[in-house]
Amino acid sequence: MAKANEIKYLTAIKADNRPKKYCRFKKMGIRYVDYKDADFLKKFLNEQGKLLPRRLTGNSLKFQRKVSEAVKKARQMAILPYVTDLLK
Amino acid sequence: MGINNFLNFKTGKMSNYELMVIFTPVLSEEDFKAAQKKYETLVVENGGSVTHTKPWGLKSLAYPIAKKTTGLYWVMEYSAPTSFNEKLKIQLLRDESAMRHMFTVLDKYAVEYNDRKRSGVQHFSSEKAGV
Repeated sequence: MAKANEIKYLTAIKADNRPKKYCRFKKMGIRYVDYKDADFLKKFLNEQGKLLPRRLTGNSLKFQRKVSEAVKKARQMAILPYVTDLLK
Repeated sequence: MGINNFLNFKTGKMSNYELMVIFTPVLSEEDFKAAQKKYETLVVENGGSVTHTKPWGLKSLAYPIAKKTTGLYWVMEYSAPTSFNEKLKIQLLRDESAMRHMFTVLDKYAVEYNDRKRSGVQHFSSEKAGV
């Protein structure tokens, strides 16, 4: 005799409904990524100062490219470190 | 890009650039000003025009450059003929007091952004686009 807590589903139920990712540059209408603005660029870096992937930030390819260029420029000019720990 | 540069050279077309220089921190206040003046006049002499200059002053570096942990930052926006940057680069490399420099080509959005930033309107990127 089947117990009440042994109900089986044919398809897995969705655990959570994540909000859809979006490109913040497109949404906010930002068209130039400034390499001089270190605090802004830090949003796209992890704690070691590495660039976060598009998978996590939700940036469109166009702006991910611009962000990466801006970060690389900032690193050259010692505004951002190449390698570090505890950036944030 | 190549053909564009060629056309610009032929017609003497101007482009917008931004130059950032890190001067050595041992420079005195007068020397720092004199160095800025030197590069500004160099731009003007070569048929360019300086849009804006901004000395950031002494700033700590993210990593040591030439065994220094601080540097004097200076940013200059200018428009100049496309062939001018090579000359400026030679001068900067010769300059003992300039530890590092970088040229950036400004597109129309960058110029717009810089104008807005200068006019005192806080760019909305910093606050609103939080993670």
